Amino acid sequence: MSAVSEAATSPAMRTREATVRRFAFTDMVFRAATRASAILVLVLLGGVAISLIAGSWEALSKFGISFLTTESWNPVTENFGALAPIYGTIVTSAIAIIIAVPIGIGIAVFLTELCPRPLRRPIGIAVELLAGIPSIIYGIWGLFVFAPFLQTTIQPFIIWLFKGIPGLNSLFAGPPYGIGLLTSSLILAIMVLPFITSITKDVFDTVPAVLKESAYGIGCTTWEVTRRVTIPYTRVGIMGGVMLGLGRALGETMAVTFVIGNAHRISASLFAPGTTISATIANEFTEADGAIYTSSLVALGLILFIITFIILALARYMLLRIDSRTGA
Amino acid sequence: MSTAQSLHQSRKRKNAVMMALCVIAAGIGLAWLALILGALLYKGLSGVSLAVFTQMTPPPGDAGGLLNAIYGSIVMTIIGIVVGTPIGVLAGTYMAEYGRFSKLTTVVRFINDILLSAPSIIVGLFVYELMVRPMGHFSAIAGAVALSILVIPVVVRTTEDMLNLVPNALREAGTAIGAPRWVVIRSVAYRAALSGIVTGILLAIARISGETAPLLFTALNNQFWSSNLNAPMASLPVTIFQFALSPYEEWQQLAWTGALIITLTVLGLSIIARSLTGRREDR
Repeated sequence: MSAVSEAATSPAMRTREATVRRFAFTDMVFRAATRASAILVLVLLGGVAISLIAGSWEALSKFGISFLTTESWNPVTENFGALAPIYGTIVTSAIAIIIAVPIGIGIAVFLTELCPRPLRRPIGIAVELLAGIPSIIYGIWGLFVFAPFLQTTIQPFIIWLFKGIPGLNSLFAGPPYGIGLLTSSLILAIMVLPFITSITKDVFDTVPAVLKESAYGIGCTTWEVTRRVTIPYTRVGIMGGVMLGLGRALGETMAVTFVIGNAHRISASLFAPGTTISATIANEFTEADGAIYTSSLVALGLILFIITFIILALARYMLLRIDSRTGA
Repeated sequence: MSTAQSLHQSRKRKNAVMMALCVIAAGIGLAWLALILGALLYKGLSGVSLAVFTQMTPPPGDAGGLLNAIYGSIVMTIIGIVVGTPIGVLAGTYMAEYGRFSKLTTVVRFINDILLSAPSIIVGLFVYELMVRPMGHFSAIAGAVALSILVIPVVVRTTEDMLNLVPNALREAGTAIGAPRWVVIRSVAYRAALSGIVTGILLAIARISGETAPLLFTALNNQFWSSNLNAPMASLPVTIFQFALSPYEEWQQLAWTGALIITLTVLGLSIIARSLTGRREDR
C-alpha cells in the first residue's frame, strides 16, 4: 500500500518541489524588480541634486556667495548674479498665494457648505480641470488676452488711482506695459487656485460631522461654524495645501515666461517687467554660450530646487500630520 | 432683548456677507475657466483646417501646419510612457505589497511626493546634464527620458493608492490556494486595481503631453520632419512657445490652434480618467 502510494507520489512530489522552487525564484526576481524601481525613485531625486551641483560648480566657485546678492546679469562681461530672478520668483509667488488663498478657501467653503448637492460634483470637477490645463495655455492666454486687457484698462486706472499716495504710487508706477510682475502674479494665482481649492475641500471633508452639528446645535451660523470649527480643525491641512500651491508657483515656468518680460533688474513697481528663476532658464538656456553662462543658469536651477524642496517637504509634512490624525 | 436681537441680526448679516463672498469666489473660479476655454476656442478654432494635420511647420510668413510637431509630441509621449510606466507600477507595487510597512516605503513615498510637484524645468536641466551634455547634441530620446521622469511619480502615486484599496481578503484567498506572492499580485491585486492604475497612466499622459519646460533644452525643436530619435525633434508645446512669441501672424495663429489641440487632448484624457475611477467608486 505504502509502496504504491510512494511510487505514485514520488514523481509528483518531485515536480511539485520543482514548481515551488521555480515560484520562489520568480517571486524573488519580481520582488527585487519592484524594490529596485522603488529605490530608483530615490536615485532620481539624488541624481537631480548631484547633477545640478556638478553643473553649477563652475559658477558657484567663481562667484561664491556673492552670486546670491548680485543684481547684475551680464552675459557680455560674464558677470552673473541671481538676486533679480530670486526677487522676481519670491514676489510673484507671494502675491499669487495672497490672492489665491482667500479665493481657494472661499470656493472650498462654497463646495462643502453652500453648493446644492447635484452641482457639487460638476463644479468640483471643473475646478480640478483648471489644474490639468498645461501651463503653456495659461501663458499664451496671458500674453494675448490677459496682458492687453490689463494694459488698456486695469493698469492705467490703478496708476491714476494711486498717483498721489506715497508708497503706493511707486509700487504701481507706470508705464502700463501689460506684461510684468503683477501680470505674472495674477496668472500664477489662477494656476495655483485649483490645487489650494481641492486640498482645502478634501481636508474640510475630514471634519467630523458631530463637531459641526454640535456647533450648529447651539445656534451658530454657517460662517461661525466655518470660522470657529472647520478652519481651526483643518488648519494644518490648509497650510499644507497652501505650501503645495506655493511650491507650484515658485517652479512654474512657461506661464510666467510669456508674461514676465525677462528683464534682469529689481524695480519698485509691480507693473515693471522682471524675471524669475525658471523664466530666465527657459529663455536663455539654449542661447547661452560659454561655460560660465550655462553654469550660472544651472546654479539658478539649483537655487530653485533647494527652495522648492524645502517648501514641498514642509507641505508634505503638514499634510501627513492631518492624515495621521484622521487615520487615528 | 433688543441687544440680543441686534446681535442676532449682525451675526446673520455677517454670515450673509461671508457666504456671498464664497459664492463670488466660486463664480470667479468658474468664470476664469470659461474665459480661458472661450478664448482658446475662439482663437484656435478659426485656424483649424486639414492643413494643420497634414503640413509641416512653415517658415516665417508662410502658411503651413503642425504635422511634425504633433508627430514629435506623440512619439516622445509614447516613449516617455513606455519607459516610465513599468518603473512607476513596479515601485508602487513594492510600496503597497512587499514593503507596505518598511522604512524604505515611507522614504520613497515622501521623495515621490516631492518629485510629483517638483518644477519640471529642473527635470529638463537634469536630463541636459545627464544626456545632452555627454552626447554633445540635443535629441528626441533625451526629451522622452525627461518626460518619463515626470511620468514615474504620477504612476507610483496612483498605483500605490489603488493597490492599498484592494481588500486583504482577496490576497489571502489567493495565498490560501497556494499561489506565490507575485502570482497573487499579478492575477489578484493588479486585476482588482486595474482601472485605478490605468487612470494613473492616463493622468500621466495628460500631464506630459502639455509639458514644455523639460523639452526646451532636451529635444529642442525642429522645423522639419524628423523621425530620428537621435536628433532634435519638434513637439507641439515647444512649437507653440516659439510661434506665440514670434511677430508673425501665421505663426501666432498656428500657436493658438496647437494650444487648442493640446487643451482638448488633456481635458479629454482627464475626463476619461475621471470616469474610469468614477465607475469604480459606484461599484
